[in-house]
Amino acid sequence: MALQELHYTFRATEPQPFPLGWSHSGVVGSGDMEVMFERCMLDGEIRFKVVTPVRGFERVWEQVLGRFVNETNLADVSVEINDNNATPVVVLMRLRQALKEARKEAEG
Amino acid sequence: MITEESVSWDSLLQDTRARLAAAAPYVQAGKQVAAADAVKLLEAVLRPGDKVNLEGDNQKQADFLAGCLCRVDPAQVHDLHMVQSVLSLDRHLDLFDKGIAKKLDFSFSGPQAGRLAEYVRAGKLEIGAIHTYLELYGRYFIDLTPRVALVAAYSADRNGNLYTGANTEDTPVIVEATKFKQGIVIVQVNEIVDQVPRVDIPADWVDFIIQSPQPFYIEPLFTRDPALITDAQILRAMMVIKGIYAEYGLQRLNHGIGFDTAAIELLLPTYGEELGLKGKICSYFALNPHPTLIPAIESGWVRSVCCFGGEVGMEEYVKARPDVFFIGPDGTMRSNRCLAQTAGHYALDIFIGGTLQIDRYGNSSTATATRIAGFGGAPNMGCDARGRRHATSGWLRCGEEYGLQQEMTGGLPRGKRLVVQLQETFREKMTPGFVEELDAVQLAKNAGLALPPVMIYSDDLTHIVTEEGIAYLHKCADMQERMAAIRAVAGYTDIGLQEDPQETAALRKRGIFKTAEDLGIDPARANRSLLAAKNMRELVHWSKGLYTPPARFHNW
Repeated sequence: MALQELHYTFRATEPQPFPLGWSHSGVVGSGDMEVMFERCMLDGEIRFKVVTPVRGFERVWEQVLGRFVNETNLADVSVEINDNNATPVVVLMRLRQALKEARKEAEG
Repeated sequence: MITEESVSWDSLLQDTRARLAAAAPYVQAGKQVAAADAVKLLEAVLRPGDKVNLEGDNQKQADFLAGCLCRVDPAQVHDLHMVQSVLSLDRHLDLFDKGIAKKLDFSFSGPQAGRLAEYVRAGKLEIGAIHTYLELYGRYFIDLTPRVALVAAYSADRNGNLYTGANTEDTPVIVEATKFKQGIVIVQVNEIVDQVPRVDIPADWVDFIIQSPQPFYIEPLFTRDPALITDAQILRAMMVIKGIYAEYGLQRLNHGIGFDTAAIELLLPTYGEELGLKGKICSYFALNPHPTLIPAIESGWVRSVCCFGGEVGMEEYVKARPDVFFIGPDGTMRSNRCLAQTAGHYALDIFIGGTLQIDRYGNSSTATATRIAGFGGAPNMGCDARGRRHATSGWLRCGEEYGLQQEMTGGLPRGKRLVVQLQETFREKMTPGFVEELDAVQLAKNAGLALPPVMIYSDDLTHIVTEEGIAYLHKCADMQERMAAIRAVAGYTDIGLQEDPQETAALRKRGIFKTAEDLGIDPARANRSLLAAKNMRELVHWSKGLYTPPARFHNW
């Protein structure tokens, strides 16, 4: 199935930096996804690029990513998601786990 | 006026004698009939329109006899009324294709659900009703008594005493209903022996035994490979253990089939242990011998397991744990589905399982518009047992919290079974788990059913667990509140997107909706490393080599 590319931009209320310059986690297995975070100057914004085979869920992606930004306040980071039919719950869980791992790694 | 001569009180018996006489040419020594004569035997004892029970549940199958029944002459044997637990083999539906059978009363049709729906549409098959197991067994003794039963056993002696062993399952209830109404019982056996290990069915309830060319088929239905358990399932399992099992101190349980409940079983020796719950929850089960329960049993969590059926590969393990399982004097397990379902209905504090669709009111079903899947036994456990009169703490507590208690009983103490549905808000291919209307409603219209096939009704459902959290539905005071609680757990489905955040916040305050964070659970910990066994090989290791998984699960 043809992949589609979705783009979303959010602005956190109390901007927090991503703890690492770059991180990668997850695998693009069926029902799963991989996510890459890259710290960059975005004037307090967070940008998502989602590559997904599933059509018709643009609004759900916006809600899920918006919720992640709301609870983490991440800013100045570019996020790339390669999705292979992950459900919203898996998306949110992978994002949270990726951030947790990055924090752990940053603490050394 | 009725004269004394015209009244006959044993017409069934006389009819049976005539049929047995017709079968006499095929009978060899004792009750034995050669496999090659099985079709002839069936033609001799069956009459058009007979109610016939063809044994087959979701595990063992009288598959040889099913094949023979497909080969009878439809000019001679036709319009049979099949009364049977499960439609699972192609042969079960071939009977209707050939015109040998016409009507069907049953419980479950998992693997044949699509073809069954097709046949109903095409007018090849008329459904009487879709039952739960206990309900169907009950009707065997009221208005669906089989005239002829075709059943399966491991072995028979030359007199016809049967050994049904770990897979006793439906056999006793079928044979008793049939034989005690003068019906005819035909058995396929894997072998004929001098002495059976124990007598599960006495010889005088059996008319014919046939040694089948192949052992009867058994489906390893309850085997779940831990390697396929996802992090989302682990998160839900953590919430169940902490937010429900620990919260209510639940000791008597049934786990529905699936990876969600497999995850719970595999978290008991790890996460459960960490929470200090050993001995406080999960001591008694009505449950098939789930391989994923092995680590909990080996860690000393489980005191007793009453099984509905056997599970392929678990025989030796079960035999070696007679303190836990129900083992006969011969040393092997007996499973009696009718008794286990009775235990499941009356003696449990909680049923927990997954489903396909939950509607906005909390009714749930596994039927879809093109699949008539049926129920099996789940609704017997997934309901409040209204006849229950013994108290346990979790059951009482759920009753105390019941929002309609005052209104329904005037405040008199009465407990409530916990009926919990585990639901993924979206399944694979982004199919929503929450819907406006159940597909079952459309299915009932398509198939001309008087009732939509609802697995669990809203008024029995007490909790829904999704990755969003737990809805404690029984605490709600009315349907409006209930629907709001369902919206709160429904995630990003259309139902969930109708959520009013203020309403959800109010429910959270009252403990009707709890998130993982509210329960003190860090979702980032929901990870496969928490599983006591991560694959089949580790299950075998936990069992000390006693569990031997079927070849298809043998992936190392």
